[in-house]
Amino acid sequence: MAVPVPWWRNRRVIPWLVQGAVGLTVLVLVAFLLGNLIRNLTAAGLLLSWGWLNQPAGFDIAETILPFQASDPYWRGLLAGLVGTVRVVIAGLLGSTLLGTLLGMASFSGNALLRGLTRVYVEVVRNIPLLLQLVFWYFVVFLALPNGTAAIQLPGVVLAKSGLYIAGFGEGLRWLGPHLVNGVWQAPLRWSVEFAALLTGLIAYSSAFIAEVVRGGIAAVAKGQWEAASSLGLSWLQTLRQVVLPQALRVIVPGLNTQYISLAKNSSLAVAVGFTDLYSVAETTLNQTGRAVEVVLLLLATYLVLDLFISLVMNGLNRLVQIRER
Amino acid sequence: MNTLLRRLRHDLFATPADGLITVALLAVIGAGISSFLHWALTQARWAVIQANSTLFAVGRYPMEQQWRLWLLTGLLAAATGITWGMLRSHPRPDRGGILWPRNDRFAAGLLLAISLVLPRMLGLTPSVQVRWLAITALLVLLRWGAGRFGPSLPPLVKRLLPLGLPLLYLIGMVLIGGGLGLASVSPSEWGGLLLTMLESSFAILLCFPLGVLLALGRRSELPLLRWGSVLYIEFIRGAPLITLLFLGQNMLGFLLPGGLAPERVWRAAWVLTLFAAAYLAEAVRSGLAAVPRGQLEAARSLGMSMPQAFVSVVLPQALRVALPSMVGQFISLLQDTTLLSLIGLMELLGTARTVMANPEFLGHNAEVYFTLAVLFWCCCAALGLGSRALERRLDPATIARSG
Amino acid sequence: MLIPFLLVGCASEGGSGVQSTKISTIKARGKLICGVDGSLPGFSFVGPDGTYSGLDVDVCKAMAAALFGDPLKVEYRNLNSSERFAALASGEVDLLSRNTTMTLSRDAAGGNALSFAPPTFYDGQGVMAPTASGIKTLKDLAGKPICVESGTTTELNLADRMREQTIPYTPLKFQTGDQTYAAYLQGRCVAVTSDRSQLAGKRSSFPQPDDHTLLPDVMSKEPLTPATVNADPVWADAVRWTVNTLFQAEELGITKANIAAKVAEARANANQADLRRFLGVEGEFGKQLGLPADFVPKIIGAVGNYGEIFDRNVGPGSRLKLDRGVNKQWKEGGLIYSPPFR
Repeated sequence: MAVPVPWWRNRRVIPWLVQGAVGLTVLVLVAFLLGNLIRNLTAAGLLLSWGWLNQPAGFDIAETILPFQASDPYWRGLLAGLVGTVRVVIAGLLGSTLLGTLLGMASFSGNALLRGLTRVYVEVVRNIPLLLQLVFWYFVVFLALPNGTAAIQLPGVVLAKSGLYIAGFGEGLRWLGPHLVNGVWQAPLRWSVEFAALLTGLIAYSSAFIAEVVRGGIAAVAKGQWEAASSLGLSWLQTLRQVVLPQALRVIVPGLNTQYISLAKNSSLAVAVGFTDLYSVAETTLNQTGRAVEVVLLLLATYLVLDLFISLVMNGLNRLVQIRER
Repeated sequence: MNTLLRRLRHDLFATPADGLITVALLAVIGAGISSFLHWALTQARWAVIQANSTLFAVGRYPMEQQWRLWLLTGLLAAATGITWGMLRSHPRPDRGGILWPRNDRFAAGLLLAISLVLPRMLGLTPSVQVRWLAITALLVLLRWGAGRFGPSLPPLVKRLLPLGLPLLYLIGMVLIGGGLGLASVSPSEWGGLLLTMLESSFAILLCFPLGVLLALGRRSELPLLRWGSVLYIEFIRGAPLITLLFLGQNMLGFLLPGGLAPERVWRAAWVLTLFAAAYLAEAVRSGLAAVPRGQLEAARSLGMSMPQAFVSVVLPQALRVALPSMVGQFISLLQDTTLLSLIGLMELLGTARTVMANPEFLGHNAEVYFTLAVLFWCCCAALGLGSRALERRLDPATIARSG
Repeated sequence: MLIPFLLVGCASEGGSGVQSTKISTIKARGKLICGVDGSLPGFSFVGPDGTYSGLDVDVCKAMAAALFGDPLKVEYRNLNSSERFAALASGEVDLLSRNTTMTLSRDAAGGNALSFAPPTFYDGQGVMAPTASGIKTLKDLAGKPICVESGTTTELNLADRMREQTIPYTPLKFQTGDQTYAAYLQGRCVAVTSDRSQLAGKRSSFPQPDDHTLLPDVMSKEPLTPATVNADPVWADAVRWTVNTLFQAEELGITKANIAAKVAEARANANQADLRRFLGVEGEFGKQLGLPADFVPKIIGAVGNYGEIFDRNVGPGSRLKLDRGVNKQWKEGGLIYSPPFR
């Protein structure tokens, strides 16, 4: 007959035991940490409150699309920082997708030199830390740009130490190029060097990873597809658009999701190049108000929401490109 | 010669468009390399690296205690040499064993050459140059010794030898931090490459067991464990590392009983560990998913308990599959240590930025960045190569082929 | 190092109600942990060989001398302006001697809840610009980028002054002073703003100091003061009276050179009541503060009086060559004034 099993080895009891033990430990740990937090915050007079968000900030923000002055409340400053982050992320996503796709396709080119160069670019960029690349772009490249009349003048774009001046639609919908006014450059579209350096660094870094994703996607399409399409008389471009890309996108889109979220998170490194994004404004706010807990919570919540949003959009895209097998 | 020309023609000049691209690229590459060389050899002031080499290497570590770091470097070199030799004396199953394969001879020669040339180029003092040469020679000598005498060691010694590595890590911590009779050196004086290596090695070693536990928890059927792991992993993966480091620096003091604030160095190390554990968990999870369920069932039917089955049968296979992405995480971790400079720790990048802000070396940022970039690239590329070599060694196909 | 973090629930509680003080912790530890800047010549600067020097550093040394009799029993932590208050509030450093301005919101219990000692340097905020740029007043900065360190009263004052005079400008913020001055020297901004003493200090280390001028505008009051936390009044008092010791010693003409002679004189002469009390020959001042009875001779013997500290670090005997200005003794019309030791 079966030997009675002691209760602690009973297969039905063990899961509850394990969960109970883990749950208890976690509960005790959380209670301990929270208790300390509340006690220490009370002693320092910094208990959780949100009223301070309405106080005037007292500091200025250099580059912001949302109009902001020192007399505006803190929440408006944080919002201006968020707008800065979104600006960088959107421009970065567009730029890095473009460059990454080009690089990814270049790795299938017939030209061995082009393939080799792409390989070298990807390997070099992937193995150097992003922060190092960002400060390099800012302090070595962009801050070394000449100023005033000596600025680098390309058709439609002027690169100067005071910023990037890009031609666009000026007042009255006239197409205006960059021009000098009293020794100071003016143009319809002006990017600060901080923004330009951040954008360049992020695009250069992310495009290497996106190139790998695109390459993996295209490589995943069986060679037979290319051969069958060419035997049907389709040109290279037609093959790419009608046959290969739809199949490659199935593999590429999930990979892009990861890279896009990565880019959104990497935008927080703006503080290293002096661009006022959400993290930078939050750090200043924390220093001026001392409200560590609230600021950290706001930061984490905002980035989580940003990531969720990107994931949602990409998942929707994913569903579009997934081929439903019959 | 003919075949070479034909190959070139096919690869580079197949169509007129190709030819144009090749010529344009060659022109750009040529201009780039020549201007870089011109800058490197004439305009660049490499003195900034020479003058601050100690700062870059060990930060503000007290001069009179630096012999401990030399001792540690020597021990590390010895360990590397012995490991290298022992691995070579147990050749890959699909390759025969030669004591000094051509790769190794090349590598040893390269190491010796670098240790002769680089310290002189960096302008280090003769005593330091000699020390580097001695350490490299020790490495190569032990490599030869382990290769020659390794196989003839008693089996017990061979099994206990890997235990030397964790022991070495502990000895390293004592040598760096102090204790056991050695004067204590406060962590605020550790800096430069020493701090970078310390933070990344700490995080890499500790995130591994944590990541595996999280991955197992995520696949568990117990709802509390599963949802707890999911919550943790998704939370960490959604937050930028800099915000988590920020949280660690500013809030950790409040989360612990009054006055008990761990050193900034350890705070950052723990945040890095907890951060990497979440990403590693995802990599291990995909590895676990790749192991056929039949393996677990077969192991259980042989009478193994659940933990035994997991540890002996499922995990090794899962880790083998997950190895490339795991090493990718480790490489990311090494690169992420640069973010510590944004919260005030003086690791490599932080030291570099302080050095560059010194008005004496103003305007010579490029030299420092270039050196740092080369250093990081070499470390990360080496990790990548090592991972690929490890993959090949562990590949079941090659093991099976040896029969 | 792992142990403190892992010991859950085994640590002692922080002060609440009972007057537990940091002094016993520091004495048990055997050294004082002082938060400083580390890159500001004249105030707290660490040389290539690792030695710290400066006015703020000397205050730390004075405190260590008061506690242990040895000015070298200090561990310095370099803190940037973003992390200094969190480090002090969490107990990572015992004393913040980091050219910090005393303000209401930093002092108040509802603000940063710090406790300030008497100011050791009365300063004001100023602006530095290259001489060649021809910028002479604040109005010349209209529409230009100005470099400023983030997380400081400096950025708030700059915003206020520019708003008052409706001068549009672009603030460029960096996390550390080093990066701020590096961006200024590379020409990214046409001016940099900070405390005037800090500007003078940094300028002295530039390759061509004379190429930069300090504008005459003084934009704010910046009393630079050592700080501790509100929650520990006993420690705050000890720090406060250590600083007052430096002021009182200068007023009485006691220097590092003659302190030994003065102590002997006080011991010999029963009539010099003030001197005897001050030097701890009689009375219980040390005990009341939680310091040793002879803390005053220890302090003066270690770092000298305030005048010597000033001269050595920021005055005629240093590279900054700043005038004492309002930092003179009250008897000479300045603001340095110690309450009586009785």
